[in-house]
Amino acid sequence: MNIVISNRSEEPIYHQIYQQLRGAIVREELKAGEPLPSIRSLARDLQVSVITTRRAYDELERDGYIETVAGKGSFVAPQNAELLREKRVNLIEEKLGAIIQEARSLGLSLPELQRIVELLYEEGL
Amino acid sequence: MENVLEIKGLSKNLGSFRLDKVSFSLPRGYIMGFIGPNGAGKTTTIKLLMNLMHRDGGDIRVFGLDNRRYEKEIKQRIAFVYDESHYYENLSLLDNRRIVAHFYRDWDEKAFQRRLRDFDLPPHKKLKNLSRGMRTKFGLAIALSHAAEFLLMDEPTSGLDPVFRSELMDILQQLLVEENKSVLFSTHITTDLERVADYICFINQGRIVLCQSKDEMLQGHVLVKGALEQLSPEAEKMFIGLRKNHYGFEGLSADPQGIRQFFGDGVLMESPGLDEIMVFYVRGHHHV
Repeated sequence: MNIVISNRSEEPIYHQIYQQLRGAIVREELKAGEPLPSIRSLARDLQVSVITTRRAYDELERDGYIETVAGKGSFVAPQNAELLREKRVNLIEEKLGAIIQEARSLGLSLPELQRIVELLYEEGL
Repeated sequence: MENVLEIKGLSKNLGSFRLDKVSFSLPRGYIMGFIGPNGAGKTTTIKLLMNLMHRDGGDIRVFGLDNRRYEKEIKQRIAFVYDESHYYENLSLLDNRRIVAHFYRDWDEKAFQRRLRDFDLPPHKKLKNLSRGMRTKFGLAIALSHAAEFLLMDEPTSGLDPVFRSELMDILQQLLVEENKSVLFSTHITTDLERVADYICFINQGRIVLCQSKDEMLQGHVLVKGALEQLSPEAEKMFIGLRKNHYGFEGLSADPQGIRQFFGDGVLMESPGLDEIMVFYVRGHHHV
């Protein structure tokens, strides 16, 4: 699993960690029951603060992606197949949201955007 | 959360300079950066903490113990690295170690030898022939070889190059993987702290300006850039510091939401670095 942190991004660092771990869980690169690195060792490896890393883990736990067992660490929570699909759809919606915003700022109309999507979808990209 | 350090109402009058009721605390297991311009009171605070100076008032607890009453006990468990070397210049590193090791109950010779190797320190070289960075590393090697739980460093990176400073940050983070270690690190080079620090305590003119988690501090401020016409006396009140020139203004505010409501999309908003936060608080409103 790769985690890439940008210090120049507007995105807070804890959220970058959250998103990338969530991505790995939803894509099942990290499988249910698999242990996550400890907060402190991940903080060291990413060269970010312990508090920042803890916040990412707290939010992953709050959103049901991981479970933390006192004294043992954090593990990927079992994901319900249906729920997982829904979460993956959510991720797609998030990305589309960003694309739509970009399209709007360019003055692209909905039919125009739809056409681009159709073309690309059929090309199998 | 258990605090490794608690300072309450610490005061010291030094004539032209006064440390004015300084209070802050550091939870166990975290790195705190102690920042401020030169002469803000960082070193005075640290000297009082190490009981190297007489105080006029206030209370300092380290590991929950009064730092004067339990000075010896506390110093066994603290590792102190400071700006100037306090070792013997004409002796080799090993001979220096021989002298220092006696003072510590829990001296760990194996750990010391390992640090010498890790830090690439030449054991037989005389201290006076070491570079600045190597001296700091030697201080750290000693400091980390007596099972200290609390690492206290006064300006350990001033005058050192970015490569060494980054190496030092790695060493600190490695240390923090063990949950019971804590670090207080004073510096005016805030970039060192931008990544690794958990908490930031900012002191200016002998008073604590802000003391909070680094993330809160960075997210709680916004850097605003815009045209002079957009500034009204009312708008100026929203800024902690403001810098104006012929072409526009740049200001720091601790109210990102208020700024967004007031200016809308009419100004450029950026997230500030610790440097910018420090500079705007210290300089306030000024014209160029």
